[in-house]
Amino acid sequence: MIRSFRVLLCIAVLVSCAFAQTRLNGAGATFPYPIYSKWFNEYHNQHSDIEINYQSIGSGGGIRQVQAGTVDFGASDGPMTDQQIAESKVKVLHVPTVLGSVVPAYNIPGVSGEVKFTPDALAGIFLGKITKWNDKAITSANPGVNLPDQSITVAHRSDGSGTTYIFTDYLSKVSPDWKNNVGKGTSVKWPVGIGGKGNEGVAGSIRQLPGSIGYIELIYALQNKIPYGSVQNSSKNFIKASLDSTTAAAVGVKMPADFRVSITNPPGKDAYPIASFTWLLVPTSPTDANKGKILKDYLFWMLDKGQTMTQALSYAPLPSQVVEMEKAAITKQVKP
Amino acid sequence: MSDSVDPMNPTEPLGKLQKPATAIPSMAQVSKERRTAASTVLQKIRTSHPRASRIPDTVFAVIILLSAISVFAIVVLVAWQLIDKSRLSLHQFGIGFFYGHDWDPVAGSFGAMPFIYGTLVSSFLALLMAVPLSIGVAVYVTEMCPQRLRAIISFLVELLAAIPSVIYGLWGIFVLAPLLREYVEPFLARTLGWTGLFTGPMYGLGMLAAGIIMAIMVVPVIASITREVMTAVPQNQREAVLALGATRWEMIRMGVLRNARIGIVGGVILGLGRALGETMAVTMVIGNRPEIAKSLFAPGYTMASVIANEFTEATGDLYLSALVEIGLALFIVTLIVNALARLLVWSITGGTARVRA
Repeated sequence: MIRSFRVLLCIAVLVSCAFAQTRLNGAGATFPYPIYSKWFNEYHNQHSDIEINYQSIGSGGGIRQVQAGTVDFGASDGPMTDQQIAESKVKVLHVPTVLGSVVPAYNIPGVSGEVKFTPDALAGIFLGKITKWNDKAITSANPGVNLPDQSITVAHRSDGSGTTYIFTDYLSKVSPDWKNNVGKGTSVKWPVGIGGKGNEGVAGSIRQLPGSIGYIELIYALQNKIPYGSVQNSSKNFIKASLDSTTAAAVGVKMPADFRVSITNPPGKDAYPIASFTWLLVPTSPTDANKGKILKDYLFWMLDKGQTMTQALSYAPLPSQVVEMEKAAITKQVKP
Repeated sequence: MSDSVDPMNPTEPLGKLQKPATAIPSMAQVSKERRTAASTVLQKIRTSHPRASRIPDTVFAVIILLSAISVFAIVVLVAWQLIDKSRLSLHQFGIGFFYGHDWDPVAGSFGAMPFIYGTLVSSFLALLMAVPLSIGVAVYVTEMCPQRLRAIISFLVELLAAIPSVIYGLWGIFVLAPLLREYVEPFLARTLGWTGLFTGPMYGLGMLAAGIIMAIMVVPVIASITREVMTAVPQNQREAVLALGATRWEMIRMGVLRNARIGIVGGVILGLGRALGETMAVTMVIGNRPEIAKSLFAPGYTMASVIANEFTEATGDLYLSALVEIGLALFIVTLIVNALARLLVWSITGGTARVRA
């Protein structure tokens, strides 16, 4: 019995060696995890000898791991800073993959329709300067809505996250007060409010507390049917976040050569102002040439076939000019 | 022992007192006999076995010694790693880190005081609620419960310990927080609001919710240890107190609880240890706001929560090392609290010699 078990084990080991699967490892952002997961699965179905493994440990972790060389590629919701790039031993190319947006979700007793937020109103609420729902700053933009005389409770993220980065980046652009006192980052010192862990924590707080407002990913709000408001963009139009308005945000901004760009508060009359790319961090000179070639092949697949799969999961696809720019950059900069 | 006269085994004859025929050997005599018997056996083993068989004995002794040292070594290693990885932050902020109030990742300014405060207050609040409850449960189960209910109740109490802390967190968000917000907090604000502990906006989430959840998690720990210690009190203690005319409550208080108090304190220390380190359930209900507020309705933040929340996304070496230094602060707080509790036990028992656990 033991002998036949040993024989079986040897055969199993040999057989698995014969299949010679190549495995790529990546780690990073949590926001695009559902779409990456689907892409890697689809790619594996088409190339059965290639397996790409992704761990959503967070953008900070993704940046650290790709710098240390422990993973073949990283992923981040926020681009690396100049200092991080200077300090990194591994040179990476930022490859935008999809677009996401952040929406202001609320729970106002007696109000079921859409509330319009001006940039000043949002900044004032999150700074703690606007404390009641029937404050003039909010009611002036919502003439037909019966906003109650209720205190505003702010809900924000307690964990560091790309969602916070996008939202605070937007607030820093539209409010000098915010920029000086709080600033932007994956984790900031919030002037007011209670912290919830993850999108689900913030959504939970919003649902439970009457009179609360918080910021969550669009996908989360859509899938969980949480009411969210529209935000006034730089052309003074009130835009409600959707896949189209998110892609429109990327169209209006000039893309730099290294793809590190912020598209919050962009020009464009249909653009939603609180949107962002999410990036894959691809080493330009990979240590393993075979894996580098496979990764390059995957990136081209992602930019062609992969972009058609995004809408089903409520991610906005990249604009076509960005796709063309990326293909050129990958061909030129990523070896082999 | 040589200068005290033992009436059962006198070294000098007390007048005409003869040793009774059926003399009961004294404790000293018995233990001396046992020791000589043991050493005789050991001598026989040593002389009869060849030298080579002493090597397994020595190896065994060394392995056991290494196991004992490894526990100590792990603690030292943990402390060393904490200090090493937080070196940047230690250098930058010095001792001021432990009483700084600011936690600003963007500006690079970090201080641990709100977290230390949050951890200590939530843990002590939990203990305040859990200790009377657990002792009550233990007293009921050991002394007053009908025999057939005993097993069921103790099983249910221990079941509380088996529930994962994330489930407690979810229960806290969806059941406890609305309950607190709608009924309990307005009631407390109306009746006890003058103390300043129950004022301010009522979110449901906050220090009070965290304290209640931690109390529920700590009750099975303290209750089961208290129950064991109370069961270990010999029956003759209870009977002696009853024989002196005590009521049932007096019997429990004087006969049982007084004898079991060292064990109860040990159980409370264990419960406190669990409360100090609890992460998931706390971070889901405490509101995660690094501020020190007098009111229990206000949100707070604990050391374990901030590490769990911010560690994965922490970019920047100073930020990371500040978080590790929070871990170091938690380590030190746990050590200090345990040391203080141990000192308390020693002061009750009157010295280190009688420490049991």
